[in-house]
Amino acid sequence: MLKIKNLKASLEDEDKQILKGIDLEIGAGEVHAIMGPNGSGKSTLSYVLSGKGGYVVDEGSATLDGADLLDMAPEERAAAGLFLAFQYPVEIPGVGNMTFLRTAVNSQRKARGEDELNAAEFLKLVRIEAKSLKIDAEMLKRPVNVGFSGGEKKRNEILQMAMLAPKMCILDETDSGLDVDAMKLVAEGVNAMRNGKRSFLIITHYQRLLDHIKPDVVHIMANGRIIKSGGPELALEVENNGYADLLNEVA
Amino acid sequence: MALAANKVEATEALIAAYPAPEGEGKWSRDARARALETLRQSGAPVRRDEYWKFTNPARLLEPVKSATIMETDEAPVFDGVDKLLVVFVDGVLRADLSDDLTMEGVEIETLATAMSKDIHWVGDVYGVLEANGQKPVPRPFAALNTAVATEGLVIRVTGKATKPIAFRYLRSGLDADVMVHTVIKLEKGADLTLLENGSGAARFNSSLEVEIADGAAFHHVRTQGRDHARLAATHIFARLGKESRFKSFTLTVNGALTRNEAVLEFTGDDAFATISGASAGDGAYHHDDTVFVTHNALNCESRQVFKKVLRNGATGVFQGKILVYAHAQKTDGYQIAQGLMLDEDCTFLAKPELEIYADDVICSHGSTCGAVDEAAIFYLTSRGVPKAVAQDMLVLAFMDQAIEEIEDEALAEEIRTRLGDWMERHRG
Ligand SMILES: Nc1ncnc2c1ncn2[C@@H]1O[C@H](COP(=O)(O)OP(=O)(O)OP(=O)(O)O)[C@@H](O)[C@H]1O
Ligand SMILES: [Mg+2]
Repeated sequence: MLKIKNLKASLEDEDKQILKGIDLEIGAGEVHAIMGPNGSGKSTLSYVLSGKGGYVVDEGSATLDGADLLDMAPEERAAAGLFLAFQYPVEIPGVGNMTFLRTAVNSQRKARGEDELNAAEFLKLVRIEAKSLKIDAEMLKRPVNVGFSGGEKKRNEILQMAMLAPKMCILDETDSGLDVDAMKLVAEGVNAMRNGKRSFLIITHYQRLLDHIKPDVVHIMANGRIIKSGGPELALEVENNGYADLLNEVA
Repeated sequence: MALAANKVEATEALIAAYPAPEGEGKWSRDARARALETLRQSGAPVRRDEYWKFTNPARLLEPVKSATIMETDEAPVFDGVDKLLVVFVDGVLRADLSDDLTMEGVEIETLATAMSKDIHWVGDVYGVLEANGQKPVPRPFAALNTAVATEGLVIRVTGKATKPIAFRYLRSGLDADVMVHTVIKLEKGADLTLLENGSGAARFNSSLEVEIADGAAFHHVRTQGRDHARLAATHIFARLGKESRFKSFTLTVNGALTRNEAVLEFTGDDAFATISGASAGDGAYHHDDTVFVTHNALNCESRQVFKKVLRNGATGVFQGKILVYAHAQKTDGYQIAQGLMLDEDCTFLAKPELEIYADDVICSHGSTCGAVDEAAIFYLTSRGVPKAVAQDMLVLAFMDQAIEEIEDEALAEEIRTRLGDWMERHRG
């Protein structure tokens, strides 16, 4: 599904490399988790993959089902099936959540040569997904993320993910800011989307989310590199001992 | 202070360029003489004048150049609205193209008729609100208009008008230089919506005087024509009685030069006024909103909301003032002017002013200018929305704060559609 080879990326405005050679391969249907200290480059990896401006790729490649991601505009990556649930979802005053969602869904369908959903079809789908995430109608009417609580923003990300039905989902600290019940809802949402084909990359600091969404592989990222990969037990080790031992191992 | 010799000369040349109306009744002759006197005192504007620093008046004074008439197969703006349609071609009322000027609760006459018949209520408004609005800031093009305009309507509203009156300004001559002057008097409790659309002429000088009696409401939605080379100098003068309401919105896309002035005065307590505009320009576009709101009564609320989206060297200007007299306590004055630059070589100039003599008031003003929010663009595109569409969504969201000032949702929707169409035609 997602193949990242020796990916190196720097900030555009500063001569500073953040990603220093990432190798990562996620097969269809797999769930991978990335953990790592603050500032190690986890969000940067998600941004570079989804095409945010301000970064330059120095070296390496990233492909989604063989297609060169780095060569595409962000909207093309999305239409190709990549989705990023933002660590900090963006507030967009004046743009209604529903209008936004429908434009997004239909833009992707159009890009893929599929029929667009009409208002009624779309509404029906949104209602079902929103209900299972306990997002009420009033929230859907508001401008995108404006005035949403931290947890509401995260649930709104998952709603978008459910509506867009991407094949590769990257979740950047979706668990931060969620209360215990909301975390369960989100995990259920993610698990409901697992179908043996769809893949997930879950960036998190905590073991807790991984209790609900069982990862196949856990990676530890530090200073722009993946320094160790292993099974779910690696997350437990981090939870109990922090990163010191792991960092020492590679030093 | 005596005017400099060259300013006197320019002023006389300006006056001489327009024929003096003849054969009119007493009050119109008086109003015209008064306006000429005002114009001679202030003189034709020059760049050095305080309120012309951001907008060069030269093109409004020089002999008019021809402006191409835009051919489109689109329906005219407000076409779908049930209305009393009044058509002007090159500033001349065309009865053959217009509806009958009759409506329940409304008396409508042409300005020419009012002037020759000496309809008296008109004399209490024509050139009177304009004259009030000349202090402290001179408005020479409005004075000129009062002095020479012979086209336009006089409208007295005694009840709730059953439908809007819509002025459609068509063009036929490439270099027509015209003036239109409309006077509206809303009696107690009356209610009228006025719609205006079209370029009017190569150079279009329009003046609208609106007297709003106690408890009356006036709604105004205007779209200025899309002809690129057209020039416009417009004025709205409104006087608001007790518990009255005034709402005016203008959409301006294209046009080489537009100067829209609005002068509002609250004379009765507990009244409400909003003056707003959305303007969008690409290339040779200079748009100026100059507003003066005077609070001369208790507990009135005024809002000025102006949004300008600019690209390709376009210029947006806002000069807005709120004056609150000492006895106008509990005034709530709000003013916001924002420019959105779609590229780097645009200009947005704003001069917000507050002059407040009362102590128990809330007045706020803000003016910002910036580019499209890149974080928002990335968020939208990361969901699959193409960049051009994402940018349109953000621009429309930005403009919507002005459009929301329109009370009638169907009219607001029409404005959104027109603006959306413009955005689509002007993607960078
Ligand atoms: N646009 C930017 N300008 C300046 N520094 C940046 C920028 N983007 C990322 N960085 C820096 O790159 C490093 C990696 O940041 P990144 O956000 O990817 O870390 P992270 O692993 O997601 O951290 P956290 O766990 O705190 O979310 C940090 O040192 C950060 O300050
Ligand atoms: Mg991060």
